Amino acid sequence: MDHSEVIVIKQHLIDPEICIRCNTCEATCPVGAVTHDDRNYVVDADKCNHCMACVPPCPTGSIDNWREMPKVKAYSVAEQLTWDVLPAQLPREALASNGATDTSATSLTEAVTDPQASSLTATQPDLPALPVASTSSFNATIPPWSTAHAYTNLYGPKATEKTVTATVTGNVRVTEVGKDYDTHHIVLDFGSMPFPVLEGQSIGIIPPGFDAKGKPHHARQYSIASPRNGERPGYNNVSLTIKRVLEDHDGKPVRGVASNFMCDLNIGDTVQVIGPFGSTFLMPNHPKSHIVMICTGTGSAPMRAMTEWRRRLHKSGKFESGKLMLFFGARSKEELPYFGPLTSLPQDFIDINFAFSRTKDQPKRYVQDRMRERASDIAPLLSDPNAFFYVCGLKVMEVGVIEALADIAKGASLDWNQVGGEMKRLGRLHLETY
Amino acid sequence: MSSINYSEKIPNNVNLAEDRTLQRALEGWQPNFIDWWDEIGPEGSTNTDVYLRTAVSVDPQGWAQFGHVKMRDYRWGIFLNPGESERKIHFGDHKGEAAWNDVPGEYRANLRRIIVTQGDTEPASVEQQRHLGLTAPSMYDLRNLYQINVEEGRHLWAMVYLLHKHFGRDGREEAEALLERRSGDDNNPRILGAFNEATPDWLAFFMFTYFTDRDGKFQLCALAESAFDPLARTTKFMLTEEAHHMFVGESGVSRVIQRTCQVMNELKTDDPQKLRAAGVIDLPTIQRYLNFHFSVTIDLFGADESSNAATFYSSGLKGRYEEGKRVDDHQLRGQTYTVLENKNGQLVEKQVPMLNALNEVLRDDYIKDSIAGVERWNKVIEKNAIPFKLKTPHKAFHRNIGSLAGLKVSPDGKVVTDSEWNFMKDQWLATDEDRAFVAGLMGRVVDAGKFANWIAPPPMGINRQAVDFDYVRFN
Repeated sequence: MDHSEVIVIKQHLIDPEICIRCNTCEATCPVGAVTHDDRNYVVDADKCNHCMACVPPCPTGSIDNWREMPKVKAYSVAEQLTWDVLPAQLPREALASNGATDTSATSLTEAVTDPQASSLTATQPDLPALPVASTSSFNATIPPWSTAHAYTNLYGPKATEKTVTATVTGNVRVTEVGKDYDTHHIVLDFGSMPFPVLEGQSIGIIPPGFDAKGKPHHARQYSIASPRNGERPGYNNVSLTIKRVLEDHDGKPVRGVASNFMCDLNIGDTVQVIGPFGSTFLMPNHPKSHIVMICTGTGSAPMRAMTEWRRRLHKSGKFESGKLMLFFGARSKEELPYFGPLTSLPQDFIDINFAFSRTKDQPKRYVQDRMRERASDIAPLLSDPNAFFYVCGLKVMEVGVIEALADIAKGASLDWNQVGGEMKRLGRLHLETY
Repeated sequence: MSSINYSEKIPNNVNLAEDRTLQRALEGWQPNFIDWWDEIGPEGSTNTDVYLRTAVSVDPQGWAQFGHVKMRDYRWGIFLNPGESERKIHFGDHKGEAAWNDVPGEYRANLRRIIVTQGDTEPASVEQQRHLGLTAPSMYDLRNLYQINVEEGRHLWAMVYLLHKHFGRDGREEAEALLERRSGDDNNPRILGAFNEATPDWLAFFMFTYFTDRDGKFQLCALAESAFDPLARTTKFMLTEEAHHMFVGESGVSRVIQRTCQVMNELKTDDPQKLRAAGVIDLPTIQRYLNFHFSVTIDLFGADESSNAATFYSSGLKGRYEEGKRVDDHQLRGQTYTVLENKNGQLVEKQVPMLNALNEVLRDDYIKDSIAGVERWNKVIEKNAIPFKLKTPHKAFHRNIGSLAGLKVSPDGKVVTDSEWNFMKDQWLATDEDRAFVAGLMGRVVDAGKFANWIAPPPMGINRQAVDFDYVRFN
């Protein structure tokens, strides 16, 4: 997934009234997003990847502030440096009037949720109440109990090795040629350099060259689409699902720096990589654990990784009674990455539910519609401690998905706030939207 | 033999489990450290469980682990920031050469002296603060005090590690001596003056953590540039903890000011006597405390002209604050710096070789940083619509070290006569009466969520916990 496609972001800010300018955040940030002058410490929204590395070390708590902003209107570094106090959260109407969302696809309220919510905290009392209980309040901040240990930040500005070089060993277009969307499946090999990953983690790619201001490009983050033992089993490689960005959210033509760089790579080219990132959006590893995956577009990458890992383990027989359910949304069938390979998986291995919002002559269908249709199968999983839910894709889906889960819970005479809270507490519900 | 299991009890990233020499040295030292802690550590805290932050590794996830622990059982760890494989010395005569992983023989004595001086301040401040727990204004503040105490303890460990690892027998002896000196002891005092002063009350404690721990920050920053890589990496990691100490100071004073302003507005008065009667600390008293702590602390940077400072810099032992971010030749030969001089009773500027003025350079950086925080305190006053401004005194005010020592200078920088000084000094520096008044306010308040009358609650708790969380459990 490419964070440059973000529409409304939850912008990370530092409260200048509480901050004591101790420099801990700047020293900790793995991607160099924190900077300062004589007056304030501030976060560059273009660079911050919401990895949360700066949050625990902050002695004051001033680091833990978030404001929903249209990406194009995000507070600039220069602006933040002049602040004496944090600005209030923009009201919803103001977000809307800033053209914050694609209103043709969904309502505004659905568009506003957490980016990279997997690692954000639940309590943000300074935000106005969402029409439904804030979705992020259900997002787990811990992984499932049976998760394998995740290595993070092995490479980055604050690590011993700043970057690791990966070689492109594959680059295949996975959506039909000639359409206005172009998604690539790219394989990167790390040779003999260690880069241990788990399904659900992401990596950062540093595009070569400089931005308009003459500074080196900052890293762009992508979810890993391959399982832990490699895109090709036993090889030190990972795959990514990358959609070429050709227009911004207003439809104006913009060539996404990183996505175009990546999609145009040839076999044998090298890229600079940092990471891995992510320590919560990770899959359970115990037998009989169920995985419910809900995604749109390139949000399918971590789902592909988890599915593939379970497929590889399938032979062992250990996971036979563990269900995999997939709800996969896209505008049309043609836009689905990996459509072909997915449909050929046996039905007793994975229960696949597609939703297309723009298939000609058919009513729009979203993943939450498909989920409601499958309510009787999802309901028992809500309170099953062995069932783990993962949501990844465009942020517009997040509120809809949570509402669908709440409805399904209600239909089964369950109290969603209680069930959802318990799922969060047990690391059973993970949201990652962008 | 000690019974401690090194790999479990002492979190570290220095391969302690396989370093037999280091293990043996620590086996000898660790029991003495615990004895020192029991004897002179925080008073009356033995059975208390404190919500402490413990570092178990240097990555963001690992170094801020929170939980209730007994301070005596705190896992004092040994951590170096991750190193750079090809780090080069970036200042001084050795600029461009590879950083040292071992102590070069010719710099051994100076490096040991630097490490011992830094290390000595750590147990000293624990000693200075050992009675404060008895008069804590809240459970929240008590927890913050204890956090500082254990982290000063850990900083001592960090310095002792360097002594044990790199300085052989001399190092072991120095490490023992760090446990033998006592703050304020006439016969065997701590090395630096400010660390032999008592910390009698919580306003003094907040001022100390704001001003004097900030000196620590600047010294650590300068050492974090060192050509001796283990020292640079150790101090870099210590800085992340030092930040908490300055937070306690800055927010503590800020909350005292907030409470005073609140009462000033409630009573519609700025009369110190009425405010004192209402049980809060009047702003002029806060200013006098500030003047004292600021002036005592800037003495810690040493003489304004110092050939030692030049030697430490040129030999690569100690850089400037943010050396790596500065754009000059990083050798400073032939450059000059402005210092103040006492000439016939007048303050005059003079140009001296920059290398000899590096103490002054660091002091000036420190002053700039200190002033920024004082301005944030002024914002609190301003928000309460009270026409009063706190101000850091002139750097020649009340100095006892360097060429300005003993010169009588007012807080706004005018040289005054002895009689003027004697006439005014009670308005400039905290008096015995001020201290007695503040001491009189100090009563222990340790019910969760309750705060002493003279201080406002903090805007938020620690580690996202509520302000009324049970940060300290008394058993």
